[in-house]
Amino acid sequence: MSELSKLTISGAREKLRAKEITAVELTQSCLDAAAGADALNAYCAHTPDIAIEQAKAADARIGAGDAPDMCGIPLGIKDLFCTKGVKSQAASNILDGFKPEYESTITTKLWDSGAVMLGKLNMDEFAMGSSNETSAYGPAINPWRREGSDTKLTPGGSSGGSAAAVAADLCLAATGTDTGGSIRQPAAFVGITGVKPTYGRCSRWGVIAFASSLDQAGPMTKDVRDAAIMLETMAGYDAKDSTSANLPVPNFESMLTGDIKGKKIGIPNEYRIDGMPAEIEKLWADGADMLRDAGAEIVDVSLPHTKYALPAYYVLAPAEASSNLARYDGVRYGKRATLQSGEGINEMYERTRAEGFGDEVKRRVMIGAYVLSAGFYDAYYRRAQRVRTLIKKDFDDVYATGVDAILTPATPSAAFGIGEMKNEDPIKMYLNDVFTVTVNMAGLPGVSVPTGTDANGLPLGLQLIGRPWEEGDMLNIAYRLEQSAGFVSKPNKWW
Amino acid sequence: MSIDKETARRAAYLARIEVKDEDLDALAGELSGILDFMEQLSEVDVEGVEPLTSVTPMNLPMRKDEVTDGYQQDKILANAPDAREGFFAVPKVVE
Repeated sequence: MSELSKLTISGAREKLRAKEITAVELTQSCLDAAAGADALNAYCAHTPDIAIEQAKAADARIGAGDAPDMCGIPLGIKDLFCTKGVKSQAASNILDGFKPEYESTITTKLWDSGAVMLGKLNMDEFAMGSSNETSAYGPAINPWRREGSDTKLTPGGSSGGSAAAVAADLCLAATGTDTGGSIRQPAAFVGITGVKPTYGRCSRWGVIAFASSLDQAGPMTKDVRDAAIMLETMAGYDAKDSTSANLPVPNFESMLTGDIKGKKIGIPNEYRIDGMPAEIEKLWADGADMLRDAGAEIVDVSLPHTKYALPAYYVLAPAEASSNLARYDGVRYGKRATLQSGEGINEMYERTRAEGFGDEVKRRVMIGAYVLSAGFYDAYYRRAQRVRTLIKKDFDDVYATGVDAILTPATPSAAFGIGEMKNEDPIKMYLNDVFTVTVNMAGLPGVSVPTGTDANGLPLGLQLIGRPWEEGDMLNIAYRLEQSAGFVSKPNKWW
Repeated sequence: MSIDKETARRAAYLARIEVKDEDLDALAGELSGILDFMEQLSEVDVEGVEPLTSVTPMNLPMRKDEVTDGYQQDKILANAPDAREGFFAVPKVVE
């Protein structure tokens, strides 16, 4: 029974519909696996009662022949999603004990389709981080280790708990969110698939906001087919999110033919960064060869403003965050600091935020307030918005030449050790997002697919960037890449 | 662009985050490092380039001006650190 949590969504769907297993058995297997994996710190809350109740309902639906694709599929939910009556803290002390009275649109869609909630997953505080080390719950740990080493590695971030839980089979799949690479980088660090959809594809309603013009939620799954299945359920128009796109959601799974003959795949020259490890360069070249062998045309493309994406992101994202996080003031929810007699509302705001936010969140909120302040707004914020226009135009120009998708590495390295970046300058951590952040800046869809391992046996991933709203085509190319790469390694269980 | 102690104090105030006086120098150093990184943007020629405010060419939709929700006072106050008689309670604001 404990093997059931290792199933993919598509594998479980088949067995559930064939009545070989029940949703309750499948859910129990995941709950057991999750309960036995405290060492990974992937879950920050377990919800077994909700899970079993939902699984029973799913079994009834399957029995009645009314079973959508996600019916009976046990999922982990990133702590950034508001889930009714279940604490949702964005891994922050400032939301200590916050239990929303409402359910996010995405999780509502998942539960309506019969999916099962196993619990909430660890992450970087307010999704600000690339290693899960900014979490108020302490870092999630990567189930992978370097060969012959027991050094604890990061599962990446910010969706690190989601990545660790999927890779270690503590759920069948998980939700993630991606503002600068927070789905794709952790997916690459643990050898799973992660999709950031086109901006506007998935509703942001009920997802705790970090940087609203960049945030998108997406699926983190064991393979590309599962990502296609889960994305279809998560996506769709929502009147409660004014930036949600009123477009039909295609059946992404039916688009996975593996036929990519004649597809034009761009290789951006500017992604060959200084000091790129040889194994990343080889992984990238091998990926291009696989797509060429499958009949795609590989072309060199140029995205000239690539190097400015990261500095522009680190103006815009903190600016939006400082505005979004202004709501945590100790009045409406979460933590309120204790005041001394004679202290008033300003002390309440300032101390609540000093005690409630972690260092990285404080840094970003202060930088954001600074770049938006009088006298600096034009020099920083407006300039960064203009650079963003140029970054988007780079992609528009490439796609106008008939390129179908762009292939890049997902990350500049494999997973690094917990604490290894502790004494580094914050900028060094920001460089993790160098290949992924451009995609958020341009609002495009991106997918990270595991295609190989490094010298230490750790997974490495490639990223495909698609045309706007063409997630189906992008996933089909990713599917072909997955088949050619044949990456099937799993971490050895040590936890 | 380097941030001095007084500018760090101002950024902390704007963000309404209490920072101890003895921590301001270190904070100024960190913020300066981040701003130096952003300084690269000054190399880009943005003359005549419009700022991007939305990645999708989409106008914000208008809806009918009508009440669609409400009467949820209990739910709204349920998570408040201090709520009394149907209100959020805060320390005295007016002297």
